[in-house]
Amino acid sequence: MDEKKTAWERLQLVHLKGRPTINDYIPLVFTDFYEMHGDRLCGDDNAIIGGVARLDNMPVTIIAEVKGRDINENKNCNFAMPHPEGYRKALRLAKQAEKFHRPVICFIDTPGAFCGIAAEERGQGEAIARNIAEFMTLRTPIISIVLGEGGSGGALALGVCDELAMLENAQYSVVSPRGFASILWKDASREQEACDIMRITAEDMVQLGVAEAIIEEPLGGAHNDLDKISENIKEYLSQIIPEKCKKDIDVLLKERYTKFRKIGEFTE
Amino acid sequence: MLEDFFKVVKKRFNDGEEEEKAPVFKCPRCQNTVLISRYLELNRVCPDCNYHGRLSAAERIKITVDKGSFSEINADMKSCNPIDFPEYTEKQETLRSETGLNDAVVTGTALIKGSPVVVGVMDSRYMMGSMGSVVGEKIARAFEYAAENKLPVVLFTCSGGARMQEGIVSLMQMAKTSGAVKLHSDAGGLYITVLTDPTTGGVTASFASLGDIIIAEPKVLVGFAGRRVIESTIKQRLPEDFQLAEFMQEKGFVDMIVERRKMRSTLSHLLKLHGYNAKEV
Repeated sequence: MDEKKTAWERLQLVHLKGRPTINDYIPLVFTDFYEMHGDRLCGDDNAIIGGVARLDNMPVTIIAEVKGRDINENKNCNFAMPHPEGYRKALRLAKQAEKFHRPVICFIDTPGAFCGIAAEERGQGEAIARNIAEFMTLRTPIISIVLGEGGSGGALALGVCDELAMLENAQYSVVSPRGFASILWKDASREQEACDIMRITAEDMVQLGVAEAIIEEPLGGAHNDLDKISENIKEYLSQIIPEKCKKDIDVLLKERYTKFRKIGEFTE
Repeated sequence: MLEDFFKVVKKRFNDGEEEEKAPVFKCPRCQNTVLISRYLELNRVCPDCNYHGRLSAAERIKITVDKGSFSEINADMKSCNPIDFPEYTEKQETLRSETGLNDAVVTGTALIKGSPVVVGVMDSRYMMGSMGSVVGEKIARAFEYAAENKLPVVLFTCSGGARMQEGIVSLMQMAKTSGAVKLHSDAGGLYITVLTDPTTGGVTASFASLGDIIIAEPKVLVGFAGRRVIESTIKQRLPEDFQLAEFMQEKGFVDMIVERRKMRSTLSHLLKLHGYNAKEV
């Protein structure tokens, strides 16, 4: 495990140009990846890719938010900010996985769902809500991994799962630290302060019951050794997927419901 | 310019005058004034332009359910401070004494023209109806209770979204509530959502969008992202009717728009159409 870093320092690593993206990981973690396109309703969203592949010879469905590695890739994937059709494609592929008894692996890496006219017109809220509700009762194991940014509802739409893992420097939050500072303090420049009090690190997620596992990054961050970080992701998946597949599906669904059901702090 | 200056002075002068007269309500939409007593008699609807003002949870319950039938559940639930956000605890204490609420939603059982229902009403006066641990837990329990007792759920939504002050814990309430809605739905229960002003953010992206039937009051704001956020993202002004209930209906996300004075009878008819009849005494 890397030396102790602040949430702010980790955020810099997540935003670092050169941090590996899903397109770097797929060829090193999986074999036989075939991408599937479109939501069958409106279009195809390049901010989310999905398809079938093999993990250690076992067929799996992959659904992932895509960050670009340069400006052209980023334009193509809208800086990893999905539209409703991206979430609906994800749901279609998840249902397909359920039909063919394949586990689903979701990779989360987004600043958030896109905020724009078309996204509102096509029901961004409804698309996210539908995924959350449907993933909760999807009758096949779901594992989600936050690769970098886990931004709000746009992340949660791929985040209802049996187990959530965080890359060591990844973050998961209700709103970006900048948005948090701007909404609560009316001062976006207090971003760093927000970052350090919001509790957004991998460790925070485990403490708060949101995540179950942390995947170790190479010294200095994932970008320093792509082979090593890919190996760590693969090792984690190869251990957790068979474990979840062995479970009775009704037990698994009950545990999935309970995982989210018990998060919250209140008195009566 | 001088003329503008005088306009401002005149306006201020007029505002002052109004305050001294009999209490009136100035409609934020049509700018007409009406006696407060009349406005309240119409349950906060403007008689000139049909503007539907916001209601407190208590007012909403009073005009929706049968007299004396409401029985609140989980009334004493209070939020903790899961990320130790500065002044969150104090802010809540102040709001509790100001509003008489313990958090932003009131839930319970009631009768609507005799039909038994589980009802939930969000209240914008409490941190803009935002969803933290208490809203999440009370809504989840309401759906679980309804599933267990084979009751329909009627929810009046009104929210700015997830409650930032509870950090990631508030985001997880979206999963908790949506999971409970699904559980109730899979058990065959009817869920009617009534979207009231405003319904946005994490509440739109969870239980508010999952009703079997989605009703909205006229001209209320319904959306995922806030108007200012979108405008700053796309760097252009949005049309006036953007994200209003009528716009969302046109785009396919709202079943019907129902005026406040017809809400109770509409809900009653829909409940009975789904077999939730008045209990025989």
